[in-house]
Amino acid sequence: MLTTLLIVVPLAAALVVWVLPLSDESTAGLALLAALAEVGLWVGGARNFDFSSQEQQYSASREWFSDLGISYSVGLYGFQFWLVGLTVVVGAAAIGYGMWAGRERPRAYFGLLLFLVGSLVGVFASQDLLLFYVFFEAMLIPIYVLVGVWGGPARVKATVTFVLYTMFGSLLMLASIIAFGISQGTFELAGLGTSSNDWVFLGFLVAFCVKAPLFPFHGWLRLAYTESLPEVAAILSGVVSKAAVFGFVWIVVPHFPGPVQDFRGLVLVLAAGTLAYGSLLAFRQPDIRGVVAYSSMAQMGLIVLGIFSVNDLGLDGAILHSVNHGLVSAGFFLLAGMIETRAGTGELVRLGGLAKGRPALATVVIVLGMFTLAVPGSTNFAGEFAILAGVFQRGWGYAAVGAAAIVLAAMYALRLVSAILHDRRSSGGADGGTDLVGGELVLVLPIVAILVVLSAWPALVTERSFPLDQPTSFITSQQEPAG
Amino acid sequence: MIETPHVDWLALSPTLALLGAAGVALLGAVTVPGHARRAFSAAVTGSGFIVSAVFAAIVFDRSADPTMLLSESMTRDRLGALAAVILALIGLAVVLVSWGDGRRGHVGEYYALLAAAGGGMVFIVSASSLMTMFLALEWFSISLYVLCALDTHRRESLEAGLKYLIIGSFGSGVLLFGCALVYGSTGQLGFSAIKEATGADDPLFVTGMAMILAGLAFKVSAAPFHMWTPDVYQGAPTSVTAFMAGATKVAALVVTLRILVTAFPEQAEIWSVAVAVLAVCSLAIGNLAAIAQRDVKRMLAYSSVSHAGFLLIAIAANSEDGATSLLYYLIPYAAATVGAFAIVGARERELGRPVSVASLEGLGWERPFLGAALWAFMLSLAGFPLTGGFFGKLFVFSAIYEAGWWWLVVLGVLATALSLAYYLWVVRALYMRPGEVRGAVVAAGGSPPRDLVLSSAVAAALAVTVGSFFFVQPLVDLARDAAASLPL
Repeated sequence: MLTTLLIVVPLAAALVVWVLPLSDESTAGLALLAALAEVGLWVGGARNFDFSSQEQQYSASREWFSDLGISYSVGLYGFQFWLVGLTVVVGAAAIGYGMWAGRERPRAYFGLLLFLVGSLVGVFASQDLLLFYVFFEAMLIPIYVLVGVWGGPARVKATVTFVLYTMFGSLLMLASIIAFGISQGTFELAGLGTSSNDWVFLGFLVAFCVKAPLFPFHGWLRLAYTESLPEVAAILSGVVSKAAVFGFVWIVVPHFPGPVQDFRGLVLVLAAGTLAYGSLLAFRQPDIRGVVAYSSMAQMGLIVLGIFSVNDLGLDGAILHSVNHGLVSAGFFLLAGMIETRAGTGELVRLGGLAKGRPALATVVIVLGMFTLAVPGSTNFAGEFAILAGVFQRGWGYAAVGAAAIVLAAMYALRLVSAILHDRRSSGGADGGTDLVGGELVLVLPIVAILVVLSAWPALVTERSFPLDQPTSFITSQQEPAG
Repeated sequence: MIETPHVDWLALSPTLALLGAAGVALLGAVTVPGHARRAFSAAVTGSGFIVSAVFAAIVFDRSADPTMLLSESMTRDRLGALAAVILALIGLAVVLVSWGDGRRGHVGEYYALLAAAGGGMVFIVSASSLMTMFLALEWFSISLYVLCALDTHRRESLEAGLKYLIIGSFGSGVLLFGCALVYGSTGQLGFSAIKEATGADDPLFVTGMAMILAGLAFKVSAAPFHMWTPDVYQGAPTSVTAFMAGATKVAALVVTLRILVTAFPEQAEIWSVAVAVLAVCSLAIGNLAAIAQRDVKRMLAYSSVSHAGFLLIAIAANSEDGATSLLYYLIPYAAATVGAFAIVGARERELGRPVSVASLEGLGWERPFLGAALWAFMLSLAGFPLTGGFFGKLFVFSAIYEAGWWWLVVLGVLATALSLAYYLWVVRALYMRPGEVRGAVVAAGGSPPRDLVLSSAVAAALAVTVGSFFFVQPLVDLARDAAASLPL
């Protein structure tokens, strides 16, 4: 019931916002209220969530298209619960930011944001392959317009590139889903069993590689993350990319054990390549959002390394790092937006010296920068460490690339921090404006606070992502069709 | 005393209601004074379609077992009844859409012909002999030829009528020749009698079957028999185009399905390959050509060619699932098509010129409801989730996959990917204007008053398009009941 509520509340709020002729302020207020209600529902759910149980929590199931064995079947295991939590927190921050920044055509805008949040929750809560696909595609509908209408000057190109890449991947996945589901007679994930068909596997793999994105499927990333509004970019990089994590962890790894074994080398090489390449590109980007965009890509490479090491450490680390990266990346995109509003530019050469007289901004940027470079003691360090320890068992080479990339992460994170805060501003540079104001701090501080809590207690996520804290045996147990 | 055959009036009632409406509307064209003529004819035709739909629904309810009527010239079964319901509802939607047409001349004739064409279509889906099939085909085709050319002041309309007449007659000729060959080699006209009498290896028989298929492919507008489609769809009055794109396709595909599985089941290996080839051609040509179009009506015409491809895949599956998926697919397809043409027609009236994709710019903001509806229709035609088009395609793909033709699934998916290019192009135009030049597209003579009748038709189409996604199983149950009346 709770899962259904988590999906339906934002979707219903979206409909209300679209249909009712509310004023601009009440539209934004209603959207924020719905987003906060989501957070409240999730927190309420967390209190009663039985992490030690082997069972799905808050599950709901209804017949839908029984001729093809498709049902509306949702429910949450630990890792899904964390991903949903990430969604509602980032969603609320994004809607809050949109409200604070003030957007044109607010009824359409906030409706689409809510719709996106609802379909993202649906993606992470799906227990039916086709339902997953439905939400996976449904979230493209708002993204297409959100990027294309409210973005920067190259927004139309950004949205078209993004949709072309994603649709290419997801239509391949649709062919795979049909082949897989029809041959098994059901689409319910618990009943699907396993497949050893390489082509079906590749359809899924490509779709999620585009979504993540992994090299060489990342062509859409730069434009989509930099041309869209900061809060949309925050959701895109922080949450939407995690649909790939969900797909890998909950569809690819459990249901394709044979092909995963056969293609593990390839995927690990791609992931390590993504990590190294993304980090290098992040180091060379001329603007804030470019750095965050490519750092996001690099972190996704790291997460995929963890997933495809298919062992307890790697999987736990991947889930923890998904949450970390989602929060850090979303926080940084929001910060980028705040800085851009003040300085009128995100170009690093024209920024600089913003630390002076702006203690709050400086603190937040430095803290998030420390998380990005995974300083020991931070939750990001915990995540990366677990992933690298996990992938080390598959080959020391991947771990070596990963470790090297962490050095690169330090380089681009420090370059970013000093370019924003410390370097002397070039002549003719932009004026930095005021320090962060209350409205902005309210958006960013909760994200930082969650990161700090997770740093103190990373086991909150790692030990509670999979029943009995045994990821691999749990995932293997999914390979036997239940009933 | 001559013994009269027993006539099942209930089975004929959907057709008779429309014929009656056509007659009354035509009388109204000469007797009712000019100022009331539009209201009178629209009301008569609209009620004709409603009555027809109601009777067809009753027939559906009472025809669990198929029965042959009038010495096997017609079947009373759920397949025909369901198709008749769909056709009558399309007709009703078109009546609503054309209310605000602003048509000055030939109002009575327009509605009369619409009802007559509807009657022919409702009849053909139950036809079960070569004679009645050809009769009904000509019946609705001739009505459509005239409807296309009804805007006599527009050259394009006349051109469309002429083109449709010539090519359509050619198609009918091919069909008739095929019927003659089949009759010649079997001596039978009834579909099931042809099956019994078959001399399967008779080359004349197979040639006849091929020509029948080709003749029907003209009406389905499947490539390579689609050449008339873009010109006719573009030139004909938009409400007529909506009717053709929605209803003609339903009627022609259902009769194609019926004749292939009842008359030629022994030749299934031949025709399923032929149908698959037609499907592949339609998918390729329809989608590639649609990408190159600037005029929205032409684009939708090619899109309808590509949908003919998807629908023919369902026929090629030659299974109960295939037939079920065909009938289900037709529901959101028809709704989205009629709705899309309705909106294009409204825009056309607003601008006073043909609608190109560029002239849709900003429609989404100026007319939020129509914009959002067109968005949904495009997504449905593209087979996107949250619209019935998604399950339509999924169901068709799963039927053909189970029939063992996995490569058609791959081709279909590729075609869907291609189709996104032009469907999303429309969505892009609706909401994203290049350069933000507001007011670049000025409505000719200011914005017309809101057309509530049209909006309600669009709302109904939208409800069907989206509703068929959420309530897929009940509709599939209906479609399966209908498909069960075929010997599959």
